[in-house]
Amino acid sequence: MQTSRRSFLKIGLAGAVTLAAGGLLYRQFRAAPQQFELDSPGRDMLAAVIPVMLGPVLPDGPERAAALDDAIEAVRIAIVGLPLAVQKEVQDLFGLMALAPTRRLLAGIPPWAEATPEQIAAFLQSWRGHRLALLQSAYHALHDLIIGSWYAQPAHWAAIGYPGPMKELAA
Amino acid sequence: MSAVPDPIQAGLAAGWKVIDAATLDGHRTLEADVVVIGSGAGGGVTAEILALSGLKVLIVEEGALRSSKDFKMREAEAYPALYQESAARKTRDKSINILQGKAVGGSTTVNWTSSFRTPPATLAFWQREFALKDYSPEALAPWFAMMEQRLHIEDWPTPPNENNELLRKGAAKLNIPVAAIRRNVKGCWNLGYCGMGCPTNAKQSMLVTTIPSALQHGATLLTHARAERFVWQGDRADSLQCSALSADGLAPSGSRITLRARHFVVAGGAINSPALLLRSRAPDPHSLLGRRTFLHPTLISAGIFEQAVDGFSGAPQTIYSDHFLETQAIDGPVGFKLEVPPMHPVLLSTTMAGFGQLHADTMRQFSHLQGMLALLRDGFHADSRGGRVHLRSDGSPELDYVMSKPMWEGAQRALLTMAEIQFAAGALKVAPVHEQARHYSSWAEAQKEIAALPMKPLQTRVASAHVMGGCTMSGDERSGVVAGDGRYRGLSNVSVHDGSLFPTSIGANPQLSIYGMTARLASQLAQQLTGKPAAQPRAA
Repeated sequence: MQTSRRSFLKIGLAGAVTLAAGGLLYRQFRAAPQQFELDSPGRDMLAAVIPVMLGPVLPDGPERAAALDDAIEAVRIAIVGLPLAVQKEVQDLFGLMALAPTRRLLAGIPPWAEATPEQIAAFLQSWRGHRLALLQSAYHALHDLIIGSWYAQPAHWAAIGYPGPMKELAA
Repeated sequence: MSAVPDPIQAGLAAGWKVIDAATLDGHRTLEADVVVIGSGAGGGVTAEILALSGLKVLIVEEGALRSSKDFKMREAEAYPALYQESAARKTRDKSINILQGKAVGGSTTVNWTSSFRTPPATLAFWQREFALKDYSPEALAPWFAMMEQRLHIEDWPTPPNENNELLRKGAAKLNIPVAAIRRNVKGCWNLGYCGMGCPTNAKQSMLVTTIPSALQHGATLLTHARAERFVWQGDRADSLQCSALSADGLAPSGSRITLRARHFVVAGGAINSPALLLRSRAPDPHSLLGRRTFLHPTLISAGIFEQAVDGFSGAPQTIYSDHFLETQAIDGPVGFKLEVPPMHPVLLSTTMAGFGQLHADTMRQFSHLQGMLALLRDGFHADSRGGRVHLRSDGSPELDYVMSKPMWEGAQRALLTMAEIQFAAGALKVAPVHEQARHYSSWAEAQKEIAALPMKPLQTRVASAHVMGGCTMSGDERSGVVAGDGRYRGLSNVSVHDGSLFPTSIGANPQLSIYGMTARLASQLAQQLTGKPAAQPRAA
């Protein structure tokens, strides 16, 4: 954790350049998709980040795996409803978070499957207040996509005391 | 199926001329007397007046034709279907989230029905600084009155919901005057879901008023068609090139549509209207096009109350205060209008800061949260010149808007004021929406800590539901691309009729300003094109 915090402080301009270059590099690896595609590394990233973003809202116990799968799919659906130019930006962000060098430099964490919740919380917290606006906005994108698509689902309304719209008109 | 009559489905069954461009194969050419680009507040009003005046009108809309049968009050469906960029349109640096409509009816299909005439102080500023001599409250009054009658804009007799009542109560404790908001509704059920499309057709949006009226008078509506660029011939727009979109509205389907007309009215709303003219390389000798785009940048504060607030239920906006607009010079320290937002799970959860346990704790208070908004009045202070619309490499628009120092100072005052009012109303805690704010337990604590919060993009949450300007209207060609009569300068057959005309922000929810001003512009245009007085729209 200490190491990852220190590495953040060092990012600065070099980090911004790397970030931009990483995006370009990533785009060359794969043909620019017309539509966002959630590939396996992207799925791994979400599977690691979603439980930390949602915290105690994600159920424990036997339902957890299915709830996480649903949450991942809800994020994917939210992304593919965005304009293509924005989908491409999200694809680039997912790409940067998948590639080992950029993930280590920007998020300071090991492969997603090995990262602890504490490491992920530290990375989210550091992006949240980062002096690079690009990383702050990446945090907001993850925040809004994960949290928004969770509370969009009627199954999650009772827990917050939201009765939902008038049934007669919502059918 | 609900028993609510659906005027759109009835009209389609009766033979309205509606073409869904997503269903077209190959290229088409269509002709009309006037092509109206956009079906929101400006386009809807214009299309009706021109069609009633006997002109053959064609309305082009990028979004889909949806109606009450589709409005199921669920954010997951409403935002992608009815809003630009799934209600997540953002400024270039991603720091301001913009709510703007995208469907037939434009933003009027999803707005919260708040109706204000343009404040006299705003018009006085326009007359003084932008040489708009015809824009006095007296000259505009008959046009506002006409549109108020047309759209049933009236006092709202029902008591405010608790979310609004707490604004009234807190302000009263502090001797801050408030007033009631007039609404464009007829037979409103007081449900609270205006932002997801009115399921009962009570809201008198363009979707259920002017657009059906225009269609009944022979207009054609072309949906899922994106206006790409004008083709010029000398100083005339010879045609408008449009791309048909796929049914999901995200990508061009490959079919192109050429629209020819005597006259073209640009009414795509701020951001999209200047973008069309920028893509078309319209004359812009003073480099003004796209500049002076305003947002009413909006700060948000959440109060947690002991009692249930249920801010999702009931008319969303019924109480406001202009105290902090009226107590200082219009071009002095930036003032703000106070209102409240409807509280729905997606809008609220994405707005509230933090993640994990902290965010979950906030959401558990969902039904006890009261939301308050402060809309900053931008465009009047010498250092509040708004943002600029750019084109991305694919031609889509993006707004570069940077909050200047006087705007951030206004933002900090706004967060302080809202917290003070919420505590005065009895809040147990107040959470200003800021990444570094905490949930404060007293006004003394909040006052001290809010004053120390850094006012910075992406740290202070800023939103906008009112995009204005970018095709500035001015009596002086050096300060506006459009003249006071709505005609685009340097072009003989192009007008702009929407909120992009405004040379500053309005200082109030802008729908009635757009209705009244474009009603006058459209009536003048109808008279010029037909040689006869324009027809007057009347409520059914």
